[in-house]
Amino acid sequence: MYIRQISVFVENKGGELAQITDFLYKHNVNLRALSIADTAEFGILRIIVENPEETLSLLKNEGFTCTITDMIAVQMKDEPGSMAKIIRALADNNIFVEYAYAFPTEQKGHAILIFRVDNNAAAEYVLASTSFELKGSEILNS
Amino acid sequence: MKNYYQPEIETMSREDMIKLQNEKLVKQVKHVYDHVPYYRERMDAKGVKPEDIKGIDDLHKLPFLCKDDLRDAYPYGLLAVPLSDCVRIQSTSGTTGKRVVAFYTQHDIDLWEECCARAIVAAGGTKDDVCQVCYGYGLFTGGPGLNGGSHKVGCLTLPMSSGNTDRQIQFMMDLGATILCCTPSYAAYIGESLRDAGYKPEDNKLRAGIFGAEPWTEEMRKDIERLLGIKAYDIYGLTETSGPGVSFECEEQTGMHICEDHFYPEIIDPDTGEVLPDGSEGELVFTSLDKEAFPLLRYRTRDICVLSREKCSCGRTLVKMSKPRGRTDDMLIIRGVNVFPSQIETVLMERGYSSNYLIIVDRVNNTDTFDINVEMLPEQFSDTVRVITQRERELTDALRTMLGITAKVHLVAPKSIQRSEGKAVRVLDKRKLH
Repeated sequence: MYIRQISVFVENKGGELAQITDFLYKHNVNLRALSIADTAEFGILRIIVENPEETLSLLKNEGFTCTITDMIAVQMKDEPGSMAKIIRALADNNIFVEYAYAFPTEQKGHAILIFRVDNNAAAEYVLASTSFELKGSEILNS
Repeated sequence: MKNYYQPEIETMSREDMIKLQNEKLVKQVKHVYDHVPYYRERMDAKGVKPEDIKGIDDLHKLPFLCKDDLRDAYPYGLLAVPLSDCVRIQSTSGTTGKRVVAFYTQHDIDLWEECCARAIVAAGGTKDDVCQVCYGYGLFTGGPGLNGGSHKVGCLTLPMSSGNTDRQIQFMMDLGATILCCTPSYAAYIGESLRDAGYKPEDNKLRAGIFGAEPWTEEMRKDIERLLGIKAYDIYGLTETSGPGVSFECEEQTGMHICEDHFYPEIIDPDTGEVLPDGSEGELVFTSLDKEAFPLLRYRTRDICVLSREKCSCGRTLVKMSKPRGRTDDMLIIRGVNVFPSQIETVLMERGYSSNYLIIVDRVNNTDTFDINVEMLPEQFSDTVRVITQRERELTDALRTMLGITAKVHLVAPKSIQRSEGKAVRVLDKRKLH
C-alpha cells in the first residue's frame, strides 16, 4: 500500500518556487503534506495531494519538470520513540531511507510518517511484521 | 540512375581531375597576380612568379592567406575584378572580429549554386522534391546558397529563412516538404517542436535533411534522424570560399566530398605550415581554382580535419574530408587547455543527454572558471537529490576524461536553455581577454 508523491524540479532562481505554488493555487490544488529539498544548485518540491495523477499532468502540460513516486506512509503515535522504532526496523533490515517527512492526522494523538526508501517492497514487508499501520491514499480523505 | 548532379565531374578519374586542376590553377594564379596587388606583393616578397606555378604540385610555393589578411583587406583589398562586374556580396557574421565580405560575379554565383545542387542531389533530391530552406537569408550564405542549389535541381523551393518555428512547421506539414535545409541545432529544435505538438516522425513527408554551418556530432545526427524520421546529411562551406557546398555528404555518410574541381584542399600542420599527406589530421587549406571576384590562394580555414581518397560506394571520386573536429575559432583555451565544444557535445550525447548545453567561462582571481549547464531530459529528473547529484558527478568525470580539465556541471530544467534559430549559442565567455 503506497501513497503517491509528486516531485517538482525547482531551479535556483528567484521566483521559481512561487511560479509553481501560484500555478497549484490557480488550479485549486490543496497541498496536504510537503517537503522541499535544497542544494546549492537546485531544489525539489515534494507534495502530497488528493489527485496526484491529475495534478501531475497539469504540471507537465505547463512545462514543469516533475515525476511521481510511490511512497511508504505509516501511521504512528505522536509520541517520543515512534519514528525511532520505524527507522530501526528498516535499518536492521538494510533498507536505506532517502528522505522522510511527517504530518499530524485528524485522528488525535497520531501522525503520518512518509518516507522514500530504496526498496519499497522490502520496507513494506518489514513494516508489516511490526505493529505499525501502513496507509494508502485513504489518509487524505479523513 | 545514380544521384549525381554533374556526373562527369563527380565521377571523374583521378588523372583527369588532376589535369583539370592543373589547368585551372595556372589561370587562377595568373588572374590573382595580375589583378590583386595584395597577392602580388606577397608573391613578389616570396620570390614566386605566376609562371613558377605549373600545377598543383607547385602550390606549396605560394604563401598562405589567413582570416586576419581578409580582415585587413576589408572591404575591397582582395577584389580581383572591377566592382561593376560583381553582382552580389555575402558576409560573415563578424562575431569573432571584423566582418569578412566576399564578392561574387554571376559566374561565381553559378559555381556556388552548382555545388549546393550537387549536395541536394547527393541527398537524393530531384525536381519532384519540396525543399524547405530555413537557413537565414541575407548576408549569411546558408539561405541564398541552398536556395540557389534547390532552384538548379528544380525542387519546389520554400524560402522560409530561419525563425518562426510555428510557421516552419505549418508550411512543412501543409506543403509536404521532403528536404529540410538548416543548421543542425535548428533541425533538432524543429524536431522537438514537432514532437511537442503531438506529431510522430512518420507524420511528416521529410526524407532528407542537409545540415551545416556549425559543428555537430554523430550522436546529434542520430537524434535528428530519429526525431524527424529522415536521413541527415552534412554540408560544409565558408563564406570566404563561397558558402555551403564546398563539400557535402553522400548516402554513405562517412565524410564530405569536396568539390575539388573548384576548391583544391590541402592539409597542413597548423604550427609549421608543412603540407601533410592524406590521412593525417591537420588544418584544412583551400585554394579556389576558378573564381573571378574573390579568389583565394591557400586560405587557412582553421578547421581541423582529415582528407581521404579511398573509394566511395557512391561512385564519386571527389576527395572526402572528415567532419571538422572543430574550428580553431570555436576552440576555447581554459586554464591553458584546448577545449572544443564538440567534445563536450559528444560526451553529453553518448550519455543520453540532450545536446542543449551552455558553456560558461569566466575568470575569477586570475583563474578560469568553467561551468556547463546541461538540460535534463524529463525522464532524467528524480525525486531524490542523490540521483541528480550523482548524474552531475558522472558527467563531470566523463568530461574530465575527455577534456583533461574539470568543469562544474549543472543539470538544469528541460527547455530552460535558450534555443537559437540560426547558429546555436553554446559558449558564454565572460573573460575579458581582449
